[in-house]
Amino acid sequence: MKLMTCPMNGPRSIAEFQWLGAVQPDDDPQGGALVERLFFAPNLLGVLREWWRHTPTNTVFIAERHLTTNEILRTYFHNAGTDSTAGAAQ
Amino acid sequence: MPFNLLKYGLRSGHEPFRDIPATPDLKASYDVVIIGGGGHGLAAAYYLSHVHGITNIAVLEKGYLAGGNTARNTTTIRSNYLTPPSIAFYKEGVELYETLSQELGFNIMFSQRGQLTLAHSDGAMRSFRLRAEMGKHMGTRIEVVDPKTVREICPQVHMDEGGRHEVLGGLWHEDAATARHDAVAWGYAKRAAERGVEIHQRTEVTGMAVSGDRVTEIRTNRGTIRAGQVLQAAGGLNGQIAALAGIALPIRCFPLQAMVTQPLKPFLDILLSSSDLHTYLVQSSRGEIVIGGGTDPYQLASTRSTLPQKEALATGALQLMPFLHNVKLLRQWAGITDITPDFSPIMGASALQNYWLDAGWGTWGFKATAVAGKRLAETIATGRVPAILQPFALERFDRFALLNEMGATAAGH
Ligand SMILES: Cc1cc2nc3c(=O)[nH]c(=O)nc-3n(C[C@H](O)[C@H](O)[C@H](O)COP(=O)(O)OP(=O)(O)OC[C@H]3O[C@@H](n4cnc5c(N)ncnc54)[C@H](O)[C@@H]3O)c2cc1C
Repeated sequence: MKLMTCPMNGPRSIAEFQWLGAVQPDDDPQGGALVERLFFAPNLLGVLREWWRHTPTNTVFIAERHLTTNEILRTYFHNAGTDSTAGAAQ
Repeated sequence: MPFNLLKYGLRSGHEPFRDIPATPDLKASYDVVIIGGGGHGLAAAYYLSHVHGITNIAVLEKGYLAGGNTARNTTTIRSNYLTPPSIAFYKEGVELYETLSQELGFNIMFSQRGQLTLAHSDGAMRSFRLRAEMGKHMGTRIEVVDPKTVREICPQVHMDEGGRHEVLGGLWHEDAATARHDAVAWGYAKRAAERGVEIHQRTEVTGMAVSGDRVTEIRTNRGTIRAGQVLQAAGGLNGQIAALAGIALPIRCFPLQAMVTQPLKPFLDILLSSSDLHTYLVQSSRGEIVIGGGTDPYQLASTRSTLPQKEALATGALQLMPFLHNVKLLRQWAGITDITPDFSPIMGASALQNYWLDAGWGTWGFKATAVAGKRLAETIATGRVPAILQPFALERFDRFALLNEMGATAAGH
């Protein structure tokens, strides 16, 4: 069973989580930049910062996950900064 | 006679019969280079060589022939989409398949058995009515059917009356079909090779040189070549290949999984799917029940499988046909799919004059193998994008002219 560490609830089955997509800058793009933001999402073969939700407790947080190995490198709350990482679990 | 046969059998040095010639050395340049030896790339090579007389072509395939998504797909062929440009395009795709065995002189095992998509919710019924009317308007065979007709078409379906997934009706699409995926690729490859098209297996494109608005060089693990025109048809990693030419595509990678059961006696003579359960079933000519569904719920460029997704597929299959509960699974697998924001492909021109796109085929591109190959061959040969392809241009995203086919794609690819 693949586990993900929720910063609130600790390691849980990945089936309890919902993927919400890449973390994007919190700005207000216009014109071509808006098209890019809406449709040209990151598709890298490396580590993506992305939003996740622990569905049973509606806990939304950020995970860093490798898009070819599926390894979850760390998870943390949006405002916590990367220092207070909750670690990763496979 | 028997003696001659024995003599023949004992003779050494037999040439094995091969449909596809062995990979030759790379030449310095080609009129057309096709990146990706899947069904799409091979179909394009076939139509270029047979219809347009362009034969100085190299198809570059990093692995073995058609070992990408062409090898992994569940072979649903259909045209029951929602938007008129999609229906027109996929309708032509189905029609080309209808005569493809004859055209290629190669049995692709085309079986036009019809697809029944079930609704277990009011929302699904509403969208079926819309798709049925659009499909009729565009001249395809499609209708909404009631539960009684569902039972007539597929008596094995569990109707779940009064239950959570009661079958409220269905979308019956008589034009839908299946074909043998490998045979489609091999048939195109064999006939293209007969005209001199070179198929280079184990030849990976690793980079490109762009000068001005043209691709000038293609670097591979077997050497660098020059190309007059380039067609990109690289399957799941289309986004990454386009990036080698400096082109950004609105694509994200998601795994798509499928599985088959042990062979059973023939009992299912249609394609069956459910838009609420995100599951579909089809019985192959070997008797196996092929089970497919939606993509994995998060972005990933990997062909590994997961237990939660297999469980979801099995749950959906057992809801539709509870009597399958004792049947064993034989094989399971996954492919990387190149998903676009509107679940429609990207075909035609790029920002580079000699670089053409056949990308964004996601979970739905097998059915378009013939039509995409044919129409992109026409595009490359004439330098003009035919009307039927124009709505699928990359620049539709700049104009917010998306072709939303998410609803028509989720339940059965
Ligand atoms: C599980 C599954 C089920 C599906 N079911 C259906 C279905 O029922 N109906 C349907 O219509 N579609 C379905 N699809 C989608 C369909 O398989 C694809 O859209 C279609 O096969 C795309 O064909 P292609 O030739 O473009 O890509 P592919 O067959 O993937 O061919 C692309 C080729 O490019 C090669 N390549 C990649 N990178 C390089 C490089 N750098 N250099 C050289 N070569 C390279 C790859 O090795 C590959 O062989 C399904 C897909 C999956 C994974």
